[in-house]
Amino acid sequence: MSSRAAVFAGIRRSLGVVGDEATRRFEVETRLKQAPPGVVPKRGQGDVSARLATFKAEAERAQASVTEVTEWAEAPAEIARFLRENNCPAMLRMGDDPLLAGMPWSETSLAVLRGASDGGDVNAVSAAFAGIAETGTLVLVSGPDNPTSLNFLAENHIVVVPRDAIEADYEGVFAKLRGVYGKGQAPRTVNFITGPSRSADIEQTLLLGAHGPKRLHIVVVG
Amino acid sequence: MTVVATSTKFKENAHEALTDARLQGAMGFSGNFVTRRAAAAARLPEFEALRDSARAIKDHTLAHLDLYLEAYEAKVRASGGEVHYAQDADEARKIIVDLCRSLGAKSVTKGKSMIAEEIGLNHALEEAGIEPFETDLGEYIIQLRGEKPSHILAPAIHLRAKDVEQEFRKAHRDLPPDRSLAEPEQLVAEARQVLRAKFLTADVGITGANFLVAETGTSVIVTNEGNGDLTQTLPEAHIVIASIEKIVPTLEDAAQLMRVLARSATGQDASVYTTLSTGPRRPEDLDGPRAYHVVILDNGRSNMLGGEFEDMLRCIRCGACMNHCPVYQAVGGHAYGWVYPGPMGAVLTPSLIGVAEGGQLPNASTFCGRCEAVCPVRIPLPGMMRHWREREFERRLSPAPLRYGLGFWAFFASRPTLYRLATALAARAMHLGGRGKGRFSWLPFAGGWTRYRDLAAPEGATFQSRWRSRSGAVQ
Repeated sequence: MSSRAAVFAGIRRSLGVVGDEATRRFEVETRLKQAPPGVVPKRGQGDVSARLATFKAEAERAQASVTEVTEWAEAPAEIARFLRENNCPAMLRMGDDPLLAGMPWSETSLAVLRGASDGGDVNAVSAAFAGIAETGTLVLVSGPDNPTSLNFLAENHIVVVPRDAIEADYEGVFAKLRGVYGKGQAPRTVNFITGPSRSADIEQTLLLGAHGPKRLHIVVVG
Repeated sequence: MTVVATSTKFKENAHEALTDARLQGAMGFSGNFVTRRAAAAARLPEFEALRDSARAIKDHTLAHLDLYLEAYEAKVRASGGEVHYAQDADEARKIIVDLCRSLGAKSVTKGKSMIAEEIGLNHALEEAGIEPFETDLGEYIIQLRGEKPSHILAPAIHLRAKDVEQEFRKAHRDLPPDRSLAEPEQLVAEARQVLRAKFLTADVGITGANFLVAETGTSVIVTNEGNGDLTQTLPEAHIVIASIEKIVPTLEDAAQLMRVLARSATGQDASVYTTLSTGPRRPEDLDGPRAYHVVILDNGRSNMLGGEFEDMLRCIRCGACMNHCPVYQAVGGHAYGWVYPGPMGAVLTPSLIGVAEGGQLPNASTFCGRCEAVCPVRIPLPGMMRHWREREFERRLSPAPLRYGLGFWAFFASRPTLYRLATALAARAMHLGGRGKGRFSWLPFAGGWTRYRDLAAPEGATFQSRWRSRSGAVQ
């Protein structure tokens, strides 16, 4: 008997089932199809501006910084300001996401590199798929224009998120993912990011920038 | 080689731990978990309802585990990944070592995985000539020291900063010997620098999984450092090692569990990084692993289904039970002698390695009940420890004095008249014996108690007799 068969046989023996019971199969298929939401906290819910307010407060609680700009064209200048104020070098790396590629980077003095990170980048900029008000979380999705390495290798991570992409809760993001990728499908990587990297492994002292970014700056556009 | 358990020596281990000044100093920091969890739970009105929901999801999944595993497996394959099954630790190690060999791996980075600890993976990789690097800061520290984790979330909770400094000076010999490592910030920065090089050169990344989602064939890891993400993003191959009970039906179900996991574990509303991984990188992607393997481990868990220890399979490894356990707080994690410490370890260890090896651990409890009170999936931990104590007794594994003592007590307890007479006599005698001070600093057969504190002397009558006279007075 293969190991697979042995593991399944062990599970079925203990559960006292054979595996082809119609009622059990029906229950499983129904749950997978319907994906019931369970208990969803009210905290993140509300209209766009209420969601943004909660998102901002929660992200700041998790030590991220948040600024708002009204036009896409203003984002590069805001990012340049953030880097300057934190004494970071005037260069960054980003993917080819259309949201980012369409911005007037040449109006700033920032040197912009494209593509995945090789581990030597100090600053990286990403475009978020969504935000989550409930916990001040960013949702980043991998793809040809959004390399995952940018989210973790740089010391300073700047994420641009459209104001109307801030969902109330995780369930809202799952619905949006299903809309884009199809039911039961997912991109290689979905990163839920809440604040900058940290560790409390030494004497329970919370320190930022363990392996991932030391700073997380969020630019809400719209 | 399987991980050697010293759980049979719990009593000796605990004695050593209680007199270990460094350990006692380090454990002082662990109280933070308790206040943070309480604050996070208080901040979310739906927290108790989420615990019920989390419990129900786990119960439903366990009752249909075979079917959800099938669904999960089909989805992983459809997204270009591979699924391997291991009945025990030996098989799991062999599958992973063979995979690493076939990928030509020389070095491997690892995210924190208790399953990898359970199967003794690092040792097997080293024997095969493959260098494993733990990348979670706490795991990295204990790997340097050749130790096991002493906590499932904070593996190096038993150490002080100066111990870490010492270890780093020993291990990082190519760095300037006169550098300052006095501040924890400097230790974190040095680990970041040293491990960054390992991330960039590793051939394979191995992580555990907090959840495996049947709906999409996705593995989920939850971390704060970002080490798990660098581990699984940068190398050519990503291997996930997870046990059978990590399956959840849908993304929504995973979100219910995430909401109680972070709050119960570290008191955060959300951990910094929750990452969903599905299959290898897609054809147009610029990064991500080209191969994605999931190794699913049974190792005794399927035997727990349908029995009195099934509830333990709901465990999501948040560590709240040990954070709130007075015994764990006093002796730390190493005294438990195997992989999983604290109340969850006391229940799980005998289930996985047998009552002969792990049967002492369920005795390491005062039955105060805090573990059950804070468990996010409401596992009746004290009740299950009681089951194990019964089994230990039935199998005559408990020590002779305990067995005779219980037999002696049972003789009287099942004869009420005799019991009342004997306790009345004993209470009277002890009252007389302790007259003057009202307490004993030494008593025969009670050395274990009186060595550390005095025993209060009875006031002359038993509870039962006082209760009777009191009720009589009221009527």
